[in-house]
Amino acid sequence: METSRYLLSILVDDEPGVLSRIAGLFSGRGFNIDSLNVATTDDPDVSRITMATTCDAQVIEQIKKQLHKLINVITVNDLTEKKYVERQLALVKVHAKPEKRAEILRIVDIFRCRVVDVGHAHYTVEISGDSGKHQAFLSLLKPMGIIEIASTGAIALAREMGK
Amino acid sequence: MKLTGAQILVKMIKAQGVDTIFGYPGGATIDIHDEIVRHNDLRHILVRHEQGAVHAADGYARAHKTTGVALVTSGPGATNTVTGIASAHADSIPMVVFCGQVPTGLIGNDAFQEVDIVGITRPCTKHNYLVKDPDKLAATIQEAFYIARSGRPGPVLVDLPKDILQTQIDFQMPEETHLRSYKPNYTPNKKQIAKVVQMVKDARRPVIFAGGGVISSCASEEITRLAQMARIPVTTSLMGLGAFPGTDPLWLGMLGMHGTFRANMSIGHCDLIIAVGVRFDDRVTGNIAKFAPHASIIQIDIDPTSIHKNIPVQCPIVGDCKTTLEHILALMEKQTPAQLTVERDPWLAQIDQWKQTTPLKYDQQADVIKPQFVVEKLWEITKGQAIITTEVGQNQMWAAQYYHFDRPNHFITSGGLGVMGFGLPAAIGAKAACPDKLVVDVAGDGSIQMNIQELMTAVENCLDVKIVILNNRFLGMVRQWQEFFYNKAYACTNIENAPDFIKLAEAYGATGFRCTDPACVEDTLRKGLDTPGTVIMDFVVEREESVYPMVPAGGALTEMLLV
Repeated sequence: METSRYLLSILVDDEPGVLSRIAGLFSGRGFNIDSLNVATTDDPDVSRITMATTCDAQVIEQIKKQLHKLINVITVNDLTEKKYVERQLALVKVHAKPEKRAEILRIVDIFRCRVVDVGHAHYTVEISGDSGKHQAFLSLLKPMGIIEIASTGAIALAREMGK
Repeated sequence: MKLTGAQILVKMIKAQGVDTIFGYPGGATIDIHDEIVRHNDLRHILVRHEQGAVHAADGYARAHKTTGVALVTSGPGATNTVTGIASAHADSIPMVVFCGQVPTGLIGNDAFQEVDIVGITRPCTKHNYLVKDPDKLAATIQEAFYIARSGRPGPVLVDLPKDILQTQIDFQMPEETHLRSYKPNYTPNKKQIAKVVQMVKDARRPVIFAGGGVISSCASEEITRLAQMARIPVTTSLMGLGAFPGTDPLWLGMLGMHGTFRANMSIGHCDLIIAVGVRFDDRVTGNIAKFAPHASIIQIDIDPTSIHKNIPVQCPIVGDCKTTLEHILALMEKQTPAQLTVERDPWLAQIDQWKQTTPLKYDQQADVIKPQFVVEKLWEITKGQAIITTEVGQNQMWAAQYYHFDRPNHFITSGGLGVMGFGLPAAIGAKAACPDKLVVDVAGDGSIQMNIQELMTAVENCLDVKIVILNNRFLGMVRQWQEFFYNKAYACTNIENAPDFIKLAEAYGATGFRCTDPACVEDTLRKGLDTPGTVIMDFVVEREESVYPMVPAGGALTEMLLV
């Protein structure tokens, strides 16, 4: 079957071991996790997990059902089926030789990023956007020499009222 | 009212209607055991190995249609329960396992007899808890029972640090459990019910396939009515045996790898399967691509993950089996019998022909006892009234094939996980639940040795179980595979060097009989069943007998090896 990328937004009880239950479910059943992001919500007892996975339609159905079966999982929202906004944040440390600085800053400007740290020979740039924007940005920076990257997984919310 | 954690635990267990627990003490549970013996209305059955406690709780739960409870200590006590918990999880048996744990201050320090049992059992429990706050103890226990017995039932483990058990706190009965993240759906979708009835009316060659879900939701009466109303033949999984009377003309026998010829052929040729409380395990489907090639499938299950998992279905229904069947029956009663049974005669005639030409069979000669003969005689003598537990392997399959179960909750076996050593402790649990019932463990000579220490539990507590050993001096099912698929290279399956089971029985204070002559099988069974106390009947049977039919792993159901 054809595989595609799915983005799930999962609300869970904020209790010890919940992440382990979810990670264990994926490893135990051979499901794949592309990225995972966890943080509390406005309700301190509830955390939101945003998870990206690549699989076929039958597997995503099982993933959603199996997640929902976990006692601590409150809702499983498949954002892929609806309109949503997606962001991921990355910090990119790049070589910044004097002759390249202007070009780097131009790219940063075009992508509406920010330079958050400057050294004698490097810039650290903060970028926020969906994964497509990240890929485009990184491909342009690559020839300058990327030193290291720290990136979050995707976070997302549906473009609709209600949770 | 100030109570210790241990007192709260016992109070809450009793509040759940529990009167029997199976346990084994250790340093971390002394406080609980010290409290339990002060309560005459809570029976603690001391097993001889923690695995036995969990299997006994499993047998108790199934025979009594209630929640089984086991209590063990930390570390090795807890790890010894894992097999039993995994078995209960695979078979969806309601159970709560309480484990002692080192004091909260020591958790994570690799303390003596410390193990992360919550981490270890996460994938094989329905849910589990580590109680770190004494104020949450009572509510957690109540929640554990609620989760274990609601929805698709399953085992729940509660890990209890020693300091929590010793702390005194103000006790208040918790309010009714309400979980925002767990709300099982019992009621089926109405539209789907109408679709089911239409599919039954359209079908010419329907089959009902019932599983363990029918037993756990107490829906065997509804299944039987459905079958008889629309004249639909019925097969079951191993877990579903007893959901439909084994002596009814519409009974097809068990389905799957060792299912009957007519059950497997029926699935291969039917045009509709009404699957109720089943999960289409590989032992039942054989090669999935070749499973029921002509059939539409209706699947009723309380657990949405069971639907579409292995087999695509045309009419999925999430709901309690009993409730859903009641809805279907109510709508079917508004149809005429003729509408529900169009062209049923040719289909039933075809099935009857399969039954006549290729029945379950064995050839009992005068020299050596056939294991099937022992089970069939056991069925005759007990008039099908006994609760049968089994070990795992050939003994389990022969019990399933030749003890024609007429009612639910009378066949107790480790179906999903397939645990050798299950039958004896499960029989003890069943006997504790149903003291007036005859309880027989159909065992193999290999399996019975895996939890043989529980003989002492049976004898000490006067839980009289009768053990029928089908003794072929082989690990028989593996030997059978070696015969069929490994050129008869019997690697590591010869277990001729066995204890004398008669002397072993006597050593534990039980009684033993041996039988080597086919002519004496009936007498030995009668003598064994009539002898008070726990009895081992050691039947020395044909060494290289195999279970037939057999669908080789990965083969289509209709491609069976036959006698």
